[in-house]
Amino acid sequence: MKQQQQPAPVAAPPQEEQLPGGGVNGSLREPEAAGRSLERTGDRENDPVVVGVEHRLRCTCGCGLDVYTCRTTDFVCTVSPRMHREVLALQDQGKGPQQIVDAFVATYGEVVLMAPKPVGFNLAGYLVPGSLLLLAAGALTFYLRRREMVAAAERPKTTGPSARADGATQDELDRLDRALREDD
Amino acid sequence: MTLLGQFALWIALLIGTAGAIAGFSGKWQERPALAQAVIRSVYAVFILMVVASLALWKGLISHDFNIEYVASYTSRNLPGYFIFSAFWAGQKGSLLFWALVLSLFASLAQWLSAPRFRPLMPYVAAVTMSVVVFFTAVMVFAANPFARLGFTPADGRGLNPQLQNIGMVIHPPMLYLGYISITIPFAFAMAALLSRQLDTAWITAIRKWTLLSWLFLSVGITLGMWWAYVELGWGGYWAWDPVENASLLPWLCMSAFLHSVMIQEKRGMLKRWNMSLIVGSFLLSIFGTFITRSGVIQSVHSFTQSNVGYFFLSFLVATAILSFTLLYTRWDRLAAEVELESMVSREAAFLFNNLIFLGIAFSVLWGTLFPILSEAVRGTKITVGPPFFNKVNVPLGLLLLALTGIGPLIAWRRASTANLKRQFTFPVGFGLLTAVVLAAAGMRDWYVMLALGLAGFVVGTLLQEFVRGTSARHRMYSEGYGQAFVRLIAKNRRRYGGYIVHLGMVIYFVAFSGMVFKRDREATLKPGQSVEIQSPFGHVYRFTHMGISQYEALNRHVTAATVEVTRDGKKAGLMTSEKRQHVDSFGNPTFEPSTEVAIRSGLQEDVYIVFAGAVNGTEEAVYRFTINPLVWWVWFGGVVLVIGGLITMWPGGGGTAGIPKRSQAGYEAQLAGAAAE
Repeated sequence: MKQQQQPAPVAAPPQEEQLPGGGVNGSLREPEAAGRSLERTGDRENDPVVVGVEHRLRCTCGCGLDVYTCRTTDFVCTVSPRMHREVLALQDQGKGPQQIVDAFVATYGEVVLMAPKPVGFNLAGYLVPGSLLLLAAGALTFYLRRREMVAAAERPKTTGPSARADGATQDELDRLDRALREDD
Repeated sequence: MTLLGQFALWIALLIGTAGAIAGFSGKWQERPALAQAVIRSVYAVFILMVVASLALWKGLISHDFNIEYVASYTSRNLPGYFIFSAFWAGQKGSLLFWALVLSLFASLAQWLSAPRFRPLMPYVAAVTMSVVVFFTAVMVFAANPFARLGFTPADGRGLNPQLQNIGMVIHPPMLYLGYISITIPFAFAMAALLSRQLDTAWITAIRKWTLLSWLFLSVGITLGMWWAYVELGWGGYWAWDPVENASLLPWLCMSAFLHSVMIQEKRGMLKRWNMSLIVGSFLLSIFGTFITRSGVIQSVHSFTQSNVGYFFLSFLVATAILSFTLLYTRWDRLAAEVELESMVSREAAFLFNNLIFLGIAFSVLWGTLFPILSEAVRGTKITVGPPFFNKVNVPLGLLLLALTGIGPLIAWRRASTANLKRQFTFPVGFGLLTAVVLAAAGMRDWYVMLALGLAGFVVGTLLQEFVRGTSARHRMYSEGYGQAFVRLIAKNRRRYGGYIVHLGMVIYFVAFSGMVFKRDREATLKPGQSVEIQSPFGHVYRFTHMGISQYEALNRHVTAATVEVTRDGKKAGLMTSEKRQHVDSFGNPTFEPSTEVAIRSGLQEDVYIVFAGAVNGTEEAVYRFTINPLVWWVWFGGVVLVIGGLITMWPGGGGTAGIPKRSQAGYEAQLAGAAAE
């Protein structure tokens, strides 16, 4: 007698794969609607060294964000996850944060840095605004000092210990200030 | 309807051009009838812009996908309010919106200001018409919103998911209103220069319109930050993106003007400077438009690259040359009536305040353009991102914060040592106390301590001003303290409204400093699994993944991941972040899936959850959990700033009555009165 062939039992998934929720084993009804399928993240994704390095590197997808922000923001970009893997690989080679950044600059060029290195022409980027402001502040101070001296020289001279050079006492000036403040 | 719209644009172009020419030549040749023609043309162009706008809206609402613009930005299943806002979602529609609003403002300026500034109005009309003509010409020759396709698609592409947010219904119009309305003070400035009527009248008109423009821009920028925060999902609200920077530039320039104009009103000084600031604000507004629309600088916010950039660049250069030449020819007429008397005076403090405002504006502009400069000089592409801007601008911002507190404490003309001591003791003490309390509480970030210490100093200044003013009213008029406080503000809206604006700025600074302590963590969780984060305020948040559900909505497939949140062991509720796959009316995907953030906002901190996606199509989810301290205060600071601005703008209550008193004669009269008491 021919033994009736029984369908092979479906192997039960490992305990950790049994997920509650909709569908068989917790799988989504429409996985494609949830976007790109992602890999599990681990402790390395939160490693402060990795995060720190990725904040210094620009994602080259054109979003303008740094690698960490891009890979944890729109989750559609395929460039920032790849750059993240490159960071991890360089770290696995025993490279420190600056060496990883230097390796990225060597591969992608200076444009990969979120802020240019403060060397050479880039120094102009950092120093010009502050220097110009200091120069302008110096020029303004010089101008105001000169005006102050001219104004003091033009004021009529008065005598008496309580009299001001412009003829107003301090009390009068304070009262004037109060009166003017009401019109501010 | 599209034919009607296109026809309206062409007629507007002709009438606007004729009107502008008539306005300039009529006023120049002193032919009143010709000069009046331009004013009529302003109203006519406004009506034509309304017709053109209605035609585009009609196309949008009726799903006329033969119109390229309608097919590009809407679809049949797009919610109604987004169909409405699609009007300004794209390059071409937003140009029409710009022309519509500018023609509206031009008409309002004629209607509201004509009785007081009649001699200036033909020139004001001619200048505003010239700008409207420019925008209309761009539409007619380079970016026609009524352009038709060679075929009619069954459905449109739909609106970019990131624009399908209520913030994008309100934020762009507000920003545009700010950008556009600066044309009116610019027009008044040009009218004053052209007509050589450079007395005090023009400054009144300019100040009010600039304040309105500044207020719209403030609201627009704050709403833009809010939209970026709730929609983009990166957990922040300001990224120093070129387009964001472009909106900040005219705002900074206008802020400088609104301070320095007080010196002109009080003392008759800085007329040339103020005129330059108004011209600068208008040019920066056009520059911002050029940056956004030309594609010259890469930005996630910019419109697609197009040739309209050349139009804007040409217009920018031509306007700059014409307006500064005109200013140069009237230079002597804009001489100061009195000279500054002391370094230790409010006038000097305002000058340094102006310097800082413009210093920040320059550094933002410099940083925005530096990649182009670097490429031109070295042939190397570089990125200038947030680390650069923070390094350069944070110290300048702190200087500005310090001056926000110093300015109101220093007397006009000249402050004595005794006066300074009396004014500064409490605010400085309050600032120091703030820093000491923070240090005692364990704060060790010196930058933040400095920022919060300065914020304490400014709050001390404001408190002192309000308390002294209220107490004075209480003593003089026997009013109750509450009544005295309200009347203090009501009777002197400009001054105390301005202080409320300062308070709003302090709140902004405090909120911005909170982002230094931002915490975030990525985690992959199966249903039932949890992760914990300790917040900077010491609260422990526990996030438990509850599962993922999927359902259909009007124009999208939604994948929603739900998290149970507990704070310090107590349930704080469920939060759901979504992945949305937008589809057209046939169910075809239209864009890449987008993320909807889950946000729980609190006074101390925001909980910000982003559902990144599912692992291998299961309910195992990847999340980013972020704790953002003090973000709520950014929005609150914006509200306070707007309230202060509205109080300042409200008619009456110590507005321009002070102008006649600003002359030297006025000072002397006050002195004599004071001496006689």
